[in-house]
Amino acid sequence: MTDIRVPTLGESVTEATVGKWFKQPGDAVAVDEPLVELETDKVTLEVPAPAAGVLGEIAAKNGETVGVGAILGSIKDGAGAAVKAGTATGAPQGRPDVKQATTAPINAAEEEPAPRKPEPAKPAAPSAMPAPPSVRKLAAESGVDPASVQGSGVRGQVSKGDMMAAIERAASAPTPVSAPVQMRAPSAPDDASREERVKMTRLRQTIARRLKDAQNTAALLTTYNEVDMSAVMHMRSQYKDLFEKRHGVKLGFMSFFTRACIQALKEVPEVNAEIDGTDIVFKNYYHIGVAVGTDRGLVVPVVRDADNLSLAGIEKAISALGKKARDGQLKIEDMQGGTFTISNGGVYGSLMSMPIINAPQSGILGMHKIQERPVVVGGKIEIRPMMYLALTYDHRVVDGQGAVTFLVRVKENLEDPARIVLDL
Amino acid sequence: MAYDLIVIGTGPGGYVCAIRAAQLGLKTAVVEKSDSYGGTCLNIGCIPSKALLHASELFEEAGHSFAKMGIGVPAPTLDLKTMLQFKQDAIDGNVKGVDFLFKKNKIEGFKGAGRIAGPGKVEVKGADGKTQTLETKSIVIATGSDVARLKGITIDEKRVVSSTGALTLPEVPKHLLVIGAGVIGLELGSVWRRLGAKVTVVEFLDGVLPGMDGEVRRQAQRLFEKQGMTFKLSSKVTGVDTSGKTLKATVEPAKGEGKAETIEADVVLVSTGRVPFTDGLGLKEAGVKLDERGRVIVDHYYATNVPGIWAIGDVIAGPMLAHKAEDEGVAVAEILVGQAGHVNYDVIPAVVYTMPEIASVGKSEEELKAANVAYNTGKFPFTANGRAKANQQTDGFVKILADAKTDRVLGVHIIGSDAGNMIAEAAIAMEFGASAEDIARTCHAHPTLPEAVKEAALAVAKRAIHM
Repeated sequence: MTDIRVPTLGESVTEATVGKWFKQPGDAVAVDEPLVELETDKVTLEVPAPAAGVLGEIAAKNGETVGVGAILGSIKDGAGAAVKAGTATGAPQGRPDVKQATTAPINAAEEEPAPRKPEPAKPAAPSAMPAPPSVRKLAAESGVDPASVQGSGVRGQVSKGDMMAAIERAASAPTPVSAPVQMRAPSAPDDASREERVKMTRLRQTIARRLKDAQNTAALLTTYNEVDMSAVMHMRSQYKDLFEKRHGVKLGFMSFFTRACIQALKEVPEVNAEIDGTDIVFKNYYHIGVAVGTDRGLVVPVVRDADNLSLAGIEKAISALGKKARDGQLKIEDMQGGTFTISNGGVYGSLMSMPIINAPQSGILGMHKIQERPVVVGGKIEIRPMMYLALTYDHRVVDGQGAVTFLVRVKENLEDPARIVLDL
Repeated sequence: MAYDLIVIGTGPGGYVCAIRAAQLGLKTAVVEKSDSYGGTCLNIGCIPSKALLHASELFEEAGHSFAKMGIGVPAPTLDLKTMLQFKQDAIDGNVKGVDFLFKKNKIEGFKGAGRIAGPGKVEVKGADGKTQTLETKSIVIATGSDVARLKGITIDEKRVVSSTGALTLPEVPKHLLVIGAGVIGLELGSVWRRLGAKVTVVEFLDGVLPGMDGEVRRQAQRLFEKQGMTFKLSSKVTGVDTSGKTLKATVEPAKGEGKAETIEADVVLVSTGRVPFTDGLGLKEAGVKLDERGRVIVDHYYATNVPGIWAIGDVIAGPMLAHKAEDEGVAVAEILVGQAGHVNYDVIPAVVYTMPEIASVGKSEEELKAANVAYNTGKFPFTANGRAKANQQTDGFVKILADAKTDRVLGVHIIGSDAGNMIAEAAIAMEFGASAEDIARTCHAHPTLPEAVKEAALAVAKRAIHM
């Protein structure tokens, strides 16, 4: 029998909702064949079969919440299945020389019996034993899943003490797991009949929670500037066909914006940094998150080491991530590690807006609609394609001068793309 | 004939070790120096004393408790000879049982004194003086313990007796003087008190049952005094004059100066403890090291300093309890075949089979205080337990000690009519690391005495229902 367990779900993700089971008890399964869908705050992923065989009883049904390491079901090992259910009993092997003692004559040279080292509390595999009653009560009341708690018992069972410590840890974590308080005054009966109550999806609940966390944690300010996009647009119209032919991907605006931002981040490193307790962590790498709207909500896949990518490289990366996002194929790793985010409200028609920071980053650039406007150039009125830029920044780590300088540098790099080429 | 294992001694440690070894496939033999298997426990200890305790308890109930239940019987008369035969039947039955188990498990038994004659060699000297030498890969010493002697007092097992003689007194002494208020002294003292003796107990320390939880000890002493036992604490017996028709014991204060007094008694029971027994084993010649108390020194695997020789039970350190020896016997057999044999010394219950019984597992309040462990206490008296009230046996209480932070149960102490059985629940709970709340949230049948354990667990959280 091989257990099917919930795999590691990603940083700070401790639980998932069981989605669709692709196989039913009794079905034959091949090793690595996808068995069941798990939905988390960030992504949906599939759990592959750990062994070949026949799917046994399903322990976690569609809609149930499971923690990392929890048992989803089991596979009766079939022909060719290699892995036996590895239950770490936590018990040490007997001393090896004892076996010799029973097979060799006593007066064979034998060492002094070595004192047994006190066994360190081996973290045993999550136990199949039912949780004690106190733990079950605490689990139901706190929402912390005992399956996600490291049990200190010799059989791996979670004790009341373990559970209490886990609940304390969860409570002191910045995003506590608590039931939302619905405190709306009841609508007038005439209105109530015309209301439709829909539960927020997990993703939306998470987005909501993280937005509030960002607002409640960082000192958020937004500074604005505007950029004349004519140089970039000219470059685009001149080379877009050749670019697409050569690189197989369209030349969009995002690559320019990404490179422009990187230039500015290098000059104002606080915007690329992160606060950790009383430290500021400056990052010497540039993983730029690109916000993508999907029908399930906003996700922000990350283009890693964007400073090492050419414009084509950035366009390719963004294109691939965008497709994954729309197909619901984004993995946890695709969205982790970002240092700065670019959000484009302009695609929906926004002229000017205040983006919210993607915590725990310290800055986010908002792009908007390009609109032709009369502006003054060299004393004369000209029609130029203008875009308002917004930088929302965490004032705890970025000061006003830095924020304004950042935005000015982005503007300069976009209005004169030669600066990107010349690394200015 | 070469064996895989020879166990010297067939008390609970030895015979259990042999059976486990046989189950694991080892070719096993045992050596027993007395006529019957079973060691001290079966022959002159646990079993006979329990039989007498049971019989004498019923004798007392018949004489004192039947009337108020509406059972009219004349005052019971004691036929001591028959009661002693009842006890002997218990011994015989148990010994035969061990016999049967040896045969079932194909364990060969050799009657005679065993001596380690060399590496892998055990010499057995029969009653007829003939010797034979057995060859084996491993030897387990399970020779147990013997009565501790007191300076200045000679035990003749007739009037000055150890527990052995106290189990076969031909008549009920008028006055029994017990030296040592430990488990054995109180149990055997209770037997003869119920059968009509006046019992005085002299104890060196300032309380009965040294080592047990202080509150339990004080309650126990009160209850036994109510039953008619007299205690002389902080006193020692320095000599017993056996010249006259009655014995004259000289009793002095345990410490410091003070007047000596003489106590007259018909029988003196010396029950001041037991010492490891290794006579005639040839340990010195074999090079097996003993500690300053004469116990065989072993490591965590029960191995002595000599490869191939192991030791368990009363002959090594640790509580001198039959079940401790049994668990060690199992552990060493498993270790011999390469398994991870193990004994959890934190969860070994201790029981005193007086009435009320006293039982405990885990730490006492004194031990927790000495170790600076913060704990909560939950106590529940049997006067508040429905079943105890129905049976009108309401002496005693259950006390649970739990870690102040994690609520994990650290010790359970029970004084009450069924304490010895009730402690098993506590041992299981503690073995699984239960919290007091876990015990409180486990359904206990009503009306039973173990409900008092549940209520004591609730009392830890200050929310007992029935109090």
